[in-house]
Amino acid sequence: MSNPSAVLEGMSEVAPEPSGILGGRPGRAHDKLPAWFGDQQQVAWTQFQSLPMPARTDQAWRFSTVAALDLAPYATAHPPSSSEAREVLERSTGLGKTAGRLVFADDHFLERDVLSEKLRAAGVIFQPLERALIEHEDLFRRHFMSQPATLGSAKFAALHEAFVRSGSFLYLPRGVEVELPLETFHWLHTENAAIFPHTLVVADELSKVTLVEHFRSTDRQRAGFACGVNDLIVGPGAKVTYICTQDWSDRTLSIQINATAMARNATALNLHLALGGKYSRLESLSRLTGEGAHSDMLAVSVGDEAQEFDARTLQDHAAPHTNSDLLFKNALNGRARNTFGGLIRVEPHAHFTDAYQKVRNLLLSDDAEANSMPGLEILADNVKCSHGATSGQLDEDEMFYLLARGIPAPVARQLLVGGFLNEVLERLPDPVLVAQLEELIVGRFERSGR
Amino acid sequence: MVKQNTTLDIERNLGNFAYPETHTHDAGVGLSEKTVHYISDVKQDPDWVREFRLNALRTFLSKPMPTHWASKDLEAIVFDKIRYYLSGGTQPKRSWEDVPDDVKRTFERLGIPEQERKFLAGVEAQFDSEAVYSNIKKAVGEQGVIFVGSADGLKEHPEIFRKWFGKVIPTGDNKFSALNSAVFSGGSFIYVPPGVKVKHPLQAYFRINAENFGQFERTLIIADEGAELTYMEGCTAPKFNTATLHSAVVELVALKGAKIQYITVQNWSNNVFNLVTKRGLAHEQAEVKWIDCNIGSRLTMKYPGVVMKGRKARGEVISIALAGDGQHQDTGAKMVHAADETTSNIISKSISIGTGRATYRGLVHVPKHLKNCKNNTECDALLINANSRTDTYPAITVRGTGNAVQHEASVSQVSAEQIFYMQQRGLTEAQAMSLSVNGFVNDLVRQFPMEYSVELKRLIELEMEGSVG
Repeated sequence: MSNPSAVLEGMSEVAPEPSGILGGRPGRAHDKLPAWFGDQQQVAWTQFQSLPMPARTDQAWRFSTVAALDLAPYATAHPPSSSEAREVLERSTGLGKTAGRLVFADDHFLERDVLSEKLRAAGVIFQPLERALIEHEDLFRRHFMSQPATLGSAKFAALHEAFVRSGSFLYLPRGVEVELPLETFHWLHTENAAIFPHTLVVADELSKVTLVEHFRSTDRQRAGFACGVNDLIVGPGAKVTYICTQDWSDRTLSIQINATAMARNATALNLHLALGGKYSRLESLSRLTGEGAHSDMLAVSVGDEAQEFDARTLQDHAAPHTNSDLLFKNALNGRARNTFGGLIRVEPHAHFTDAYQKVRNLLLSDDAEANSMPGLEILADNVKCSHGATSGQLDEDEMFYLLARGIPAPVARQLLVGGFLNEVLERLPDPVLVAQLEELIVGRFERSGR
Repeated sequence: MVKQNTTLDIERNLGNFAYPETHTHDAGVGLSEKTVHYISDVKQDPDWVREFRLNALRTFLSKPMPTHWASKDLEAIVFDKIRYYLSGGTQPKRSWEDVPDDVKRTFERLGIPEQERKFLAGVEAQFDSEAVYSNIKKAVGEQGVIFVGSADGLKEHPEIFRKWFGKVIPTGDNKFSALNSAVFSGGSFIYVPPGVKVKHPLQAYFRINAENFGQFERTLIIADEGAELTYMEGCTAPKFNTATLHSAVVELVALKGAKIQYITVQNWSNNVFNLVTKRGLAHEQAEVKWIDCNIGSRLTMKYPGVVMKGRKARGEVISIALAGDGQHQDTGAKMVHAADETTSNIISKSISIGTGRATYRGLVHVPKHLKNCKNNTECDALLINANSRTDTYPAITVRGTGNAVQHEASVSQVSAEQIFYMQQRGLTEAQAMSLSVNGFVNDLVRQFPMEYSVELKRLIELEMEGSVG
């Protein structure tokens, strides 16, 4: 373990005064950041101001509670004190064995577990964004915010770009495979803190990596706002597995904008596990630009009380012989609401595409609500596409079977819901990861006590 | 894989002829309060109808075009260049003998009188804005069934008409329902008394003869408790150089235990904007079924709906869409569950040929605290050429436990192996293609009455002709 100042070697934090995010863009986070970055942030801020807030009548926000998007209370936060940082680090437990780890609280970089000498020698880069900006300026600049947010949150992508000050940069050179997963933690800590976690993964030809990101709050009672962007650039034949576990506090508003670009024969798997947050929206774009590219898009959400989940996806087939497969499962209790708006788009000339999209909602209470908008736009020929959406409840016969064997009703229900969600997790190739995600889901059940 | 582009217009030519206009009543070009007053004057509307129209006009003008979700092609409609009311100023005739010659010839060429003799319980034929012929078989009339034009309905049976008119589809439902409410003319009013089951279908045929014209018929069908009715509508227009607008509103009310089946075969010419609002209200144990086939028009936007208001009510939409070169069939269904144990079923099949685009847009809504509601939706799309397009945009809302909703859609094309297999057995490629496509829609075509399903199969065969090269 190393302390942050050593990692950032002499980069002194300017530590701008925390300010309400609607009040304007903060000053530079570090005195050594390149000028172009500051300029780009300024442009983004202007853009944010000029774009309209989402309205209910926008197709991209249909069924969503846009009134929840009030940004006035939130402000950037001071770095945590050293004792607070220590506590956060102690709680940053995830996978156990990893090839590297980065920890952030309120957008301040706290710590990293360094990559092995071997991986470093192979040219793997895994470092905080503010450092990559300087040490790998060209590479970073080429890909930073290079994929526009097209699923409704252009305004929030601009906000993110204007305020981003920390995050992770992961680069894999040609042919390098990292066996163990890499891991990051983003914590919301201060009341009403606004954070803008950024993740940029660039996997060069034939490389292979798994990145697991955890989004958490230190206190379940504290409000916060997270506006994150993660971009995955998957080179020819490369393979990227990206897992995001979201367990914000019950008073968090979050918007996560994800874009994955896949070149020829590239494979990407995205899995989003949504457990926390008051209102959380995920926009996920898979863009298949090279022949033979394959994309898996997976998500699980478990909602209770008045939680709202909103997921918008696009499987954009821009080249022939590409395939994509989406499976989203939602278990909704209490007054939880879920909205899914997905589109498979097969562009002209993207012939011989296979694309699938499946959404399953499990409604566990009378006040839960599921909205599904699975869409298809097919402009090519020789295409195999299908989508399905179902909403239903637990099977009474299955419940009866378990009850008849003396299993108490709450346990039986948990077993069945767990089994329902498990179909998604099992798509992951790594049983250790599956077990870890299952544990998080069980933790979520226990928290709501049903 | 079939690469070649197509021109398909063989069957359209059946309706592609026009006679010189001999209208005595013409509201002129463009839409204003004056137009509405003109229509009200000619039709001798009661005051409440005139007021209703004027209100609707204001609603229409205040509503934006729905281009934020719908096709931008809607912007090609120039409301100021359309004629909103054209008629010969005569009452509908009871006998084909009395119908003016050129109008009669029109319908004879379309085969309407022949069909009436063969299998229909009643026919209404609308020529531009007004019905020219309206007849119901004596036996059916004696059962108390009312089958008249909407204008006669509102004057002669105000006690039933007013109770339901505009209640299933309010004026402000959408921009085009508001337009229809302002300038509506023609269409049918049907009332079937309790327990009466009308054996043979009633039919309406809509014909546009004039250029730059908008047809805005308004149909209201009420099936009283336990009554049953099948209603069919067909339509054609000649192919003018300018766009024509057809914007109807159709309201169905099925009271307790009643059944209404509404069948449409839409074969407008390729320059008609067909923007129609259709909805049924199903009371307890009632059933409303829309069977909808869209072959013609430039742009069709039509999403027949059923509001299931009473326990155990049932709604169904069976839809076939064929989008040829330059056509956009934007069709679908709306199912609103508003009572326990209501069930709905949507089956949609579309075929896109050449640059044709078929879109399915659906809405299924199950609000909370309902029990045992079920919806099943299946959408299958067939793409014939490399430049054909198909879209699916469903929106499904389910609240609470105890309901089951499933939606499935698939997109595919005629498999090369199938074609090869049939060619091996001596069929030409075109025949093989036509057979495949007919096979694709066969289970739905069979739901149409015999006379229609034979016609439909032939139509699809003809449409497919020349689509392979």
